[in-house]
Amino acid sequence: MKVVLQNLTKIFPSRNKNDKGGEVVAVNDFNLEIPDGKLIGLLGPSGCGKSTTLYMISGLQTPTRGKIFFGDDDVTKLAPENRGIGLVFQNYALYPHMTVQQNIMFPLQNLKGEQRLSKEEMLKRANEVAKLVQIDEYMQRKPAELSGGQQQRVAIARALVKMPRVLLLDEPLSNLDARLRLQTREEIRRIQRDTGITTIFVTHDQEEAMSISDYIVVMKLGVIMQTGKPQWVYDDPANLFVAKFLGAPPINLFAGMVRAGKLYIGEEDVLDLDGVEDQEVYVGIRPEGFLLAEDGRLSCSVSGVDVMGRDVSVVSTNENSLNALVRSIISSDDAEAITGDTVRFNLKQHKVFIFNKETEKRVYFGRQIAAHEEMLQKMREEGQDYVTHTGPLPREADDKPKEKKQAPKTKGQIVLGFFKKIGGLFKKLFAKIKGLFTKKGAKSAAENEAPMSETEDAENTPKSED
Amino acid sequence: MDEEKILTESTSEESAPAQESPEGAPGGKKKFSERLKKAGRWLGHSQLKAWLYLLPALVILAIFTVYPIINTVRISMLEDYSFLKEKGGTEFLVNFNNFTNVVHYRGFLTCMGNTMLLTVITVPVSTMLALLIAVGLNSIKWLKKVFQTIFFLPYVTNAIAIGMVFKAMFEIIGPVNSPSSVGIINTIVEAFGGSAVNWVNEGSSYWANMAVLIFFIVWNALPFKILVLLGGLQNVNKQYYDAAKVDGTSRFRIFWRITVPLLSPMIAYVVITGFIGGFKEYTSIIGIFDESLMGPPGSIGKPLNTMVGYIYGTINNNQGRASAAALILFAVIFVVTMINLYVSKKRVHY
Repeated sequence: MKVVLQNLTKIFPSRNKNDKGGEVVAVNDFNLEIPDGKLIGLLGPSGCGKSTTLYMISGLQTPTRGKIFFGDDDVTKLAPENRGIGLVFQNYALYPHMTVQQNIMFPLQNLKGEQRLSKEEMLKRANEVAKLVQIDEYMQRKPAELSGGQQQRVAIARALVKMPRVLLLDEPLSNLDARLRLQTREEIRRIQRDTGITTIFVTHDQEEAMSISDYIVVMKLGVIMQTGKPQWVYDDPANLFVAKFLGAPPINLFAGMVRAGKLYIGEEDVLDLDGVEDQEVYVGIRPEGFLLAEDGRLSCSVSGVDVMGRDVSVVSTNENSLNALVRSIISSDDAEAITGDTVRFNLKQHKVFIFNKETEKRVYFGRQIAAHEEMLQKMREEGQDYVTHTGPLPREADDKPKEKKQAPKTKGQIVLGFFKKIGGLFKKLFAKIKGLFTKKGAKSAAENEAPMSETEDAENTPKSED
Repeated sequence: MDEEKILTESTSEESAPAQESPEGAPGGKKKFSERLKKAGRWLGHSQLKAWLYLLPALVILAIFTVYPIINTVRISMLEDYSFLKEKGGTEFLVNFNNFTNVVHYRGFLTCMGNTMLLTVITVPVSTMLALLIAVGLNSIKWLKKVFQTIFFLPYVTNAIAIGMVFKAMFEIIGPVNSPSSVGIINTIVEAFGGSAVNWVNEGSSYWANMAVLIFFIVWNALPFKILVLLGGLQNVNKQYYDAAKVDGTSRFRIFWRITVPLLSPMIAYVVITGFIGGFKEYTSIIGIFDESLMGPPGSIGKPLNTMVGYIYGTINNNQGRASAAALILFAVIFVVTMINLYVSKKRVHY
């Protein structure tokens, strides 16, 4: 089942009713087409709105604006149980008092009317699904008697037993230990392949998303930053955020500038760029993008070499680096050449990404332009719209100046502030009394607020993005 | 018994390596002397301090709980016991006459019957109501605190005082069916076209009295139960309900298949304490009726006395018999609690 999200927006009202600025735009004008039968990873740091998106698809949360389509059906207004979804919660939410079998059969027992199955039929279905997720040995156990991975599989079985059109997984692996995580993610991949059900899962772990998804959707502050096949997104990040978020060890960032067709990091020109305008940039270099060379154009001072078997990781420092350390991965044979305190690198062109310092967007150069075009073409052939964020990139609220906290207050200001506060309280009180007389109960007040927030949103969005 | 249990637990750690060794006795059974040695070591070192801290509480418990219990057992087995006579040096016969006397006394059976009836009706009714109210309270957002406070008020109010208010509410003053002379309950009954009932006044029937009592006891028992159940409900993970919602579970099924099982430890607790409290019911009757515990003067049928009322009534004249009655009540409560625990072991999901 194809899932289409159209201008999906979720705004959580502010805790404090009078503070309009306190509302949170969790998901902001989200447009996405999820192809049938694929495994999609929604990826982003915590608080980026990925879980909210998932819950809106499930129907447990209603979008403030926008539409959700399953195939051609508009399901935006449908209750969760009528959408034909299976949802696996982060902590599985298995009913502790029921056996595995009862847990799996629970959704079937809820069916009414024509859909209702006979008891034998239910048992058969439950057994089939249990076999699929390989927990059929434990049917008579209680969830507490299972390991985390087994519980996870029971939860998936419970979600699958109704044969959903779409399977939703909320942080499916975050409650598992490292070894089980590896195993379970393969398991999820296998189950998805076997059933062919369109599956959307949410994670903040880029490795997890990269390893099993057909497509990943990288989000930040409720906005899609980039979508695509994991490898493509890794190789061709559209902006600084995506470049930083994907990759382990993370990308090395430098402050740099482009002058007369050359890329400078500090005083050193490290790369020739033809046809790129002069500008201040961030330079992102993947750890595997360094080549040891005696006459290398970038010099760093070595602080250590970590042996990782086949490869070694050279840890060094550079005064223009935005990270504390520069990590480069080179083959262990080459590493023997490192002797002194300084090490010199040449850079692989396709592993160097430059981003405009103002917009933080990617600046393509040289062969990268053609490579980018080629990838767009491939994406189109697969029938998947390649999405990168086109508007101004969202910034954290922290980026805004924090004057309020720093300003020391004089006594007079404190007294004044006190009176202002009291004045505000009286104002609120009067407003409440007024509200009582005009017979606007709390309900209608809440209803009034919703459309207001919508009209205000037009002003709000650029504010949050500037 | 308990000491021994603790002892074996605390020593199990030390003995673990010994058990693993090939010479270790099979099954972990050790000789008594060995155990005694360990006990000495155990008392001598780490736990002495703990006992020291426990000492004040133990002393008070011994004086006000353990000694009275032992003395009750002793007195219950002495024929015609009296404190003064004992001080005077009289020797009493040791036998079970007190028990047989209690059981053969006609009033005792009435008291037992009343107690049983009240308990068996009020505990399930109040538990069910409390569960519904707790679920309701948990699902509303508006005025939640206000309602919580209102429902909790009976808990912090004196039972005798509430009893008097109840009496006023159910009262009929003067001739029946004259509208100016009835309490609020009868006014309501009349407003719905019924005729006023003599609930609590002279000449009222046993069942009318019982109905008022049951109403009162249930109402009085609600707040504590609501409090416990609401606490339990607030600890239930919301995701269970989200999961049920996704699966299209009906409200009825959510209540019976999810809420009730998840709350079952709380429900079991409330039921067990409810039974124990029910068997000790006493103050409510004094509150509504009077100290005679016989129901209103001139009432038809049986007196309203309960077991605890009977014990208090006998204690001045015959301490031996009162002690015997107290022990019988204890036995009944013990058996019922055991049954409760047995049932809950099978039905409660921890």
